[in-house]
Amino acid sequence: MTFTRTGHAAGAASDPALVVRGLTVHYGDVLALDDVSITLQRGTICGLVGMNGSGKSTLFKAIMGSVKPDRGTVTIEGLPPKRARKRGIVGYVPQSEDVDWSFPLSVYDVVMMGRYGFQNFTRHPRHADREAVAAALDRVELSDLAGRRIGALSGGQRKRAFVARGLAQGAEVLLLDEPFAGVDRRSEATITELLRELAADGRTVLVSSHDLEGLPRLADEAILLLRRVLMHSTPDEVLRPENLARAFGFDLTGRAGE
Amino acid sequence: MPLVDLLLEPLSYDFMQRAFLVTVTAAIVCGVLSCWLVLIGWSLMGDAVSHAVLPGVVLAYLLGTPFAVGALVFGVAAVALIGLVRSTSRVKEDAAIGVVFTTLFALGIVLISVVPSQTDLGHILFGNLLGVSVADLAQVLGLGVVTLAILVLKRRDLTLYAFDPTHANAIGLNPKALGALLLGLLALTVVVALQAVGVVLVVAMLIIPGATAYLLTDRFARMLVISPIIAAACSIVGIYLSYYLDAASGGMVVLTMGAVFTLVYLFAPQHGVIGRRLTTAARRRQVTANV
Repeated sequence: MTFTRTGHAAGAASDPALVVRGLTVHYGDVLALDDVSITLQRGTICGLVGMNGSGKSTLFKAIMGSVKPDRGTVTIEGLPPKRARKRGIVGYVPQSEDVDWSFPLSVYDVVMMGRYGFQNFTRHPRHADREAVAAALDRVELSDLAGRRIGALSGGQRKRAFVARGLAQGAEVLLLDEPFAGVDRRSEATITELLRELAADGRTVLVSSHDLEGLPRLADEAILLLRRVLMHSTPDEVLRPENLARAFGFDLTGRAGE
Repeated sequence: MPLVDLLLEPLSYDFMQRAFLVTVTAAIVCGVLSCWLVLIGWSLMGDAVSHAVLPGVVLAYLLGTPFAVGALVFGVAAVALIGLVRSTSRVKEDAAIGVVFTTLFALGIVLISVVPSQTDLGHILFGNLLGVSVADLAQVLGLGVVTLAILVLKRRDLTLYAFDPTHANAIGLNPKALGALLLGLLALTVVVALQAVGVVLVVAMLIIPGATAYLLTDRFARMLVISPIIAAACSIVGIYLSYYLDAASGGMVVLTMGAVFTLVYLFAPQHGVIGRRLTTAARRRQVTANV
């Protein structure tokens, strides 16, 4: 397969995929992340569990550099974030409500946006770009729908299209924000399987999810977040009612214990 | 009078030729830019920048510099001020826009009223299509070509910025710089269109063509072609109408655009209010016929 992993030899292969150290972020007076430290090894899928406002989206933004931390550092495959971004190592799948689904772009157009970092001033697609996009679409099994408007896809297909954008970009670290929200069971299984395959290839996946039930099938490890890291362990351990109670308060523990 | 003569007669005057050139140039640049404005939701921003340039135009006349310079300075200043008010106070963006542009517009009106000059408020507010000098024409053509070239060359980046700035950031591009580029191009475009339709109606040229094209296609690349074609065609029709009806040219151009938008809003095959039903009904008939 001609996946263009545009040779980033800079970070040594032994470097962890993601190292976050002492990350603290404020929005005005509000403390969004408090001294967060995380290390993810390559090829793992890590679930990020926490209630709304627990700092999951802020953590993603800080890793991608769109939010400036007050303190702390992020290292991606041994590189500082800015250089990692320039190399296209970080791929991002936004949560549904952050995307304008009426935007007149095809699936192909969206996936091609993964290649912009490698293209010239006008982002004119070349042969290698078209091949990378075709391979990425093939990988997520959306080749047939390449010409479809992005908003005309189902919830699960939309997520796969954005994963394809990350693949076309050659991303080694994929960040997915609530990929299972508004996605039916079958699509969820398809996405889970796809992410497991990508992890088996050595890619690292950090995924925030409300879907606690599906987490053990998806993730190798899980983080319980409430502005700080309450726990970083196996999904089963993190999902124990007494642990969830610390992150969510008591209403959700009943559900998790079902 | 035969139709050919009806069409050719206005063109026998130099001032009409210049009027056509200025308006079509403005229409094309506005038509292209409007695709991004309507998708990002920056209509109010277009309105703001077009009004905020008024004091710049007056000062430019006063100082004897090209009006484009004054307009550009105030257009950029307005954008910077809006950003400043929004980011350093609790005032929300639309309110910040409202405060800044109305204040600058008022400054322009006050300046005109106290400055003893031959500056005609009406010409700035509503355009002065029939009084385009050769120098004005050169200015509009020059700025128009530069603005259009940047828009076309950077169209993919601008679309990425409009669609998903977070991804732009994630792949090492600078979304803030792209946003600033788009706003700078907006200020330039307003300057280009000022002479044709005036401060008050520039926003129509910045919004209507893009909004119309958006109802006609699901492809952004096609929108970028359809929108300037609609804008240019409406401009030409509008000027002819204004010539024969002896009506305000800027107003006539915008009225034509509004009429075309209305037709598209009603009858566009996929996204028109009535057209959508007709398309569905036709499809249903076809299915029934095939059964």
